[in-house]
Amino acid sequence: MILEIENLKTYYKIEKGVVKANDGISLSIKENEVVGLAGESGCGKSTLIRTIIRLVPQSAQVTADKMNFMDQDILAMPEKDFREKILWQGIALVPQSAMNALNPVYRVGDQCTEAISAHTDYDKAECEQIVKRLFDTVGLQAGMMKAYPHEFSGGMRQRAMIAMSLLLSPALVIMDEPTTGLDVLVQERILRSIKEIRQKSESAVSILLITHDISVIAEMSDRIGIMYAGRLMESAESMELFNEPYHPYTLGLKNAFPSIKALDRELISIPGSPPNLIEDIPGCLFAFRCPFVIPECEKTRPPDLEIKPGHMVHCIRTDDVEEFRKLAGDKKTWQSSRSAT
Amino acid sequence: MAILEVSDLKQYFYLQPTFLGKLVGGAKPRIIKAVDGVSFTMQHGEILGVAGESGCGKSTACLAIAKLREPTGGDILYKERNIAEMSKSETRNYRREVQLIFQDPYESLNPRYTVFDSVAEPLRALTDKSKAEIRERTNETIALAGLTPEEYKNRYPHQMSGGERQRVGIAQALVLEPKLVIADEPLSMLDVSIRAGILDLIRDLSKRMNFSCIYISHDLSILSNISERLMIMYLGRIMELGVTRDVITDAHHPYARALIAAVPIPDPAYKRPIPKIRGEVAQPIDPPPGCRFQTRCLQVMDICRDTEPPLKEVKPGHAVACHLY
Repeated sequence: MILEIENLKTYYKIEKGVVKANDGISLSIKENEVVGLAGESGCGKSTLIRTIIRLVPQSAQVTADKMNFMDQDILAMPEKDFREKILWQGIALVPQSAMNALNPVYRVGDQCTEAISAHTDYDKAECEQIVKRLFDTVGLQAGMMKAYPHEFSGGMRQRAMIAMSLLLSPALVIMDEPTTGLDVLVQERILRSIKEIRQKSESAVSILLITHDISVIAEMSDRIGIMYAGRLMESAESMELFNEPYHPYTLGLKNAFPSIKALDRELISIPGSPPNLIEDIPGCLFAFRCPFVIPECEKTRPPDLEIKPGHMVHCIRTDDVEEFRKLAGDKKTWQSSRSAT
Repeated sequence: MAILEVSDLKQYFYLQPTFLGKLVGGAKPRIIKAVDGVSFTMQHGEILGVAGESGCGKSTACLAIAKLREPTGGDILYKERNIAEMSKSETRNYRREVQLIFQDPYESLNPRYTVFDSVAEPLRALTDKSKAEIRERTNETIALAGLTPEEYKNRYPHQMSGGERQRVGIAQALVLEPKLVIADEPLSMLDVSIRAGILDLIRDLSKRMNFSCIYISHDLSILSNISERLMIMYLGRIMELGVTRDVITDAHHPYARALIAAVPIPDPAYKRPIPKIRGEVAQPIDPPPGCRFQTRCLQVMDICRDTEPPLKEVKPGHAVACHLY
């Protein structure tokens, strides 16, 4: 296991109360695996990343039953050790606003070599060799190392950031919305670069890919987790999640997504919006938007049920899933939920 | 009768050379041809999708159509009347009949206006309806956009979610009962689970209120769902135009094919082909003669380098600008 997280909770204390941004998330990433996390804005995806790489503000309360990176407890680890031993070398991040993450007055190649020499004792030529190899992996010409960020297009900058994250051969790369806001052809090139990393890289790389775009997740991931309101609603192997979804939210998302391969399919939206994470809601957080809600749903928090090995569902009504799958394809089903009326 | 006829629309911008450039080389201004010879017609009640990468001129063309910027060349006929020749009162009427839905519902609403005020404002500004009429019409439109007037009319933008705000943006555009609505990426800021609802709303209302809609987006999945005809643009020119289904399933132009091949599909079993294209989007600055797409096309021929391919029909209602056909 590269990353093992059990029952992670990240709470932000603010004036009005406690925001439960991550509320009991369990997630594990195997070696050489791409795990995709999908969810709407405010579902806690970014908080999860920040918690993993320790970028949450000091005031945030982080607790977990387990949070191990390659068998080291990264929650208990002193900050200094984490920064020196884990960050970049173990876990690297491609930030969301990668377009603006490069220093505009340094040559891109220099920014990369600097990152290597800060963490290792390679000489200049060796550093440049590494950067050159990684530029090649993501499809940038070696000559671009001498260029400044403004000479790069948006897509090239994003690819440079991906190359940069790989400089110290981390075991895990976290990518936060790597293609959001980019044109389809540019997105395609970046996704291809990410695939090439896995083929060309000398050591195994696991990737945690976070995006709201289900199509990108479907194309890239081995395993998929669906997040909602700070909790993981369902997680399974990609094929299984798409072919046999259990959670009503997953069923709803599947119907809400347009595809150029299904021109005649009617799109169905999920009425309502996610709950306010400050409120204390005892039961399932999706209950208010769920068309299949029963009184029990709102009494206690649903357990994380393991339906099959590797397939987790956060719902108490998994026995009726056959019926749900049938009904979820009908628009009227969703219009009957409380949030629609 | 077509509601809109655009012929040979051109919008150029001039890049002034630097002071030093003028001094040393006598440099001339460079021309950005943002829109360069775009022609199409739209029928009443039709939804036309416009796709293309950033910088292809899709938004610029729509600004000219909305009469918010004077085009460099070409004619825009609205109900057979050239909008450049309209008198003041005709222009006022045109502004009533042509409305925009903006991309960002977080920034396009006045934060100090309630929903009611936002939606009523176009009526107050452009019509001479009485207070009671305005109130009635505003409440009707808010309800039409899928919001209950009693609950929402006194809310401010910060009290609503993105989806609700976008519905207010739509109500604002529809309150004057326009005949043509230009929607510029109205979904890009919204979450997936509510996008379908807004798409349905636009489609449903366009049928009920019988307005035509130009829907601009870079997302072909969304366009394939909402638009009846689809136009694909590249660097200021139309590459392909046809019925959406034909363009998506039977694209002819190498650019359209590459663009469609690059769209990810929400199905893990699908193996996406690698799009046949090279390089990155060029700038529309002083474009070379010939086809705009020549620098990225893998099927480029000699003729492409000196003759601009015209947009011609390959079959009824499906036009392509490429020398291959």
